Amino acid sequence: MIRFENISKIYNSHSVALKDVTFEVKPQEFVSLVGRSGAGKSTLLKLLIAEEKPTGGKIFFNSQNVLKMHNRELPSLRRQIGAVFQDFKLLPNKTAYENVAFAMEVAGKSEAQIKSDVCKVLDLVGLKDKMNNFPRELSGGEKQRVAIARAMVHRPSVIVADEPTGNLDPINTWDIIRLLLKINELGTTVILATHDKEIINALERRVVSLENGTVFRDENPGRYILS
Amino acid sequence: MLTTLNRVIKSGFMNFWRNGWLSTATVLIMTITLAVWTSIFLTNVVLTSVLNMLAEKVDVSVYFNLDTKESNILSLKSKLEGMKEIASVEYVSAEQALLIFKKSHAGDEVLIKSVQDLPDNPLEASLNILAKDSSNYGVIADFINQSAEKSAISKINYTENKIVIDRLNNIIGVLRQSGAAAGLALAFIAFLVAFNTVRLAIYSSREEITVMKLVGASNWFVRGPFIIEGVLHGVIGSIFSLAIIVAVVAFLGPKLLNFLPEINMINYIGDNFWFLLLFQALGGIILGVFSSWFAVRKYLNV
Ligand SMILES: Nc1ncnc2c1ncn2[C@@H]1O[C@H](COP(=O)(O)OP(=O)(O)OP(=O)(O)O)[C@@H](O)[C@H]1O
Ligand SMILES: [Mg+2]
Repeated sequence: MIRFENISKIYNSHSVALKDVTFEVKPQEFVSLVGRSGAGKSTLLKLLIAEEKPTGGKIFFNSQNVLKMHNRELPSLRRQIGAVFQDFKLLPNKTAYENVAFAMEVAGKSEAQIKSDVCKVLDLVGLKDKMNNFPRELSGGEKQRVAIARAMVHRPSVIVADEPTGNLDPINTWDIIRLLLKINELGTTVILATHDKEIINALERRVVSLENGTVFRDENPGRYILS
Repeated sequence: MLTTLNRVIKSGFMNFWRNGWLSTATVLIMTITLAVWTSIFLTNVVLTSVLNMLAEKVDVSVYFNLDTKESNILSLKSKLEGMKEIASVEYVSAEQALLIFKKSHAGDEVLIKSVQDLPDNPLEASLNILAKDSSNYGVIADFINQSAEKSAISKINYTENKIVIDRLNNIIGVLRQSGAAAGLALAFIAFLVAFNTVRLAIYSSREEITVMKLVGASNWFVRGPFIIEGVLHGVIGSIFSLAIIVAVVAFLGPKLLNFLPEINMINYIGDNFWFLLLFQALGGIILGVFSSWFAVRKYLNV
C-alpha cells in the first residue's frame, strides 16, 4: 500500500536525514517506527504527505508515485492520510471542534455528518466538554488529543501518528494506543513513530528501526532495540 | 460546491471577526488609502475647473482706428467667427465703449467731464476675442495680422499681454503635469501601504496556510476566506473613507465657495454621491482582493 524506495533526504550539507531507505507497508498493517531523536522518523512521515520532497528515491501510495503527483492532486492524497503531527499543527484561530471539523470540511462532507462525527470523535478522545476551547486554552496533552481526533475523523485509509502520546499521562497514552489498535482492526493502516519503549514492547507488532537515517532492523513482531 | 462556497464565506467572516485588531488596522489603512485616492480625484476636479476658469478669463482685444467703418469691423468679426480655435467674438462699438468707460469711472467727475468736452468720441471700437484654449492666441494673432483689415487696426492687446498669456500658459501646463505626476505618485504610495499591510497580516497566517494545505485543503479552500476578508476590508474601508470625505467637504466646501464661487464642492458631492460610493467600494474591493490574492499565493505552494 505504501512503499518507500531508496529514499534519501539531504536538508543541507551538514544535515543528512535519510539515506537509501527502502521498506513497504501492507494494507491494514500496524507498523511502529523507532529510532533515536534525529534518526529521521518525522522526515519519513513528512515525505509521505509531500510536506517535504526527497532528494532521491520513489514513494508509492496505492501504486501511485507521490513525487510525480501534480500540486492539484495533493489535497486528495492528504485526505486519504490522517496525520498526527509531532508539533500538533492545530489552527490557532479555530476551536477544538472547528479544528477537527476542518478535516471533513475540506472534503466537502455535509454539515449534519460533520456534526455527528466530530462530536463522536471528540468524545472518544475525552474532550467533549472542551470542544469550544481554542488551542491556546488547551493543555499540551489536550491539544495532542485534538490533533489525534482530527487525524481520524474523516476515516482515512492510513493514519500516520508522529509521537502521538508524547505529552500524555500513562492512562491517556494507553487509551490512545487502544484507540489506534481498534481503528487498525476496523481496517485502517497505522504507522506510529514513537520513543516509548514500553508501548512498542507491549504491542508485539512490526517494528522498523531507523538509525542515522537508515533502516537497521525491520522485524515482525519486533521490539524496541537501539544499537 | 455550494456547501464549499458557503463554508468559505462563513469562514471569511469569522476570521475577520476573530482577527479583531488586525482587521481593524487593515480597515484603517484601507480607509486612508481610499480617502487619499478620492482626495486626489476630487482635487483634480477642482484644479481642472480652476484652470479652465483662468484660461477663460484671458482674451484678446483688437482696437480699430477711429475712422474705421463698422462694416469693415463686422467683416473681420465674421471671418474670426469661422475659425475653429475661437470660442466667441464680441463687438464693442465706440458708443458702447464710451458708455462702459463712463460707467466704470462714474465717481470721477473730472475725467468724465474732460471726455465729454471733447468734440468727438475719443474711444476706439474693438473686438473682444475669446479663444477655446489660451495656447491658441498666437494663431489668432497671426490670422489678424494677415487679414485685409490689418491697416484699420490700431493695436492688438494680445501683443501687450503676450508675456502674461504665455506665462499663464506655461504655469497651467506645468501645474497640470506636475499635479498629475504628484497625484499618481501619491496614489501609488497609498496603494503600496495598503498592499503591504495585507501582506504583513497574511504573513502572520503563513503557518496556518501550510497546516490547512497539509490537512488536505485545496488552494481555493484556503484562499477563499482571505479573499472574503479582503472584500470586507475594502467595503468597510470605503464606507469610512466616504464618511471622512463628506465631513471634510462639508467643512471646507463653504470656504472654497467664498473665493471661488464657480466651484461648489457640496453640490458636486451631492450630485455624484452614488458614483463616489461605487468608485470607493470598487476601489476597496479590488485593492483588498488583489492584495489578499497576491499575499496568499506565496504560501500556497506546499
Ligand atoms: N527543515 C530542516 N532543515 C534542516 N535539517 C532538518 C530539518 N528537519 C529535520 N532536519 C534534520 O534531519 C534529521 C532528522 O530529523 P527528524 O525530525 O526526522 O528526526 P526524528 O527522528 O523525527 O527525531 P525526534 O524523535 O526528535 O522527533 C535531524 O538531524 C534534523 O536535524
Ligand atoms: Mg520527530
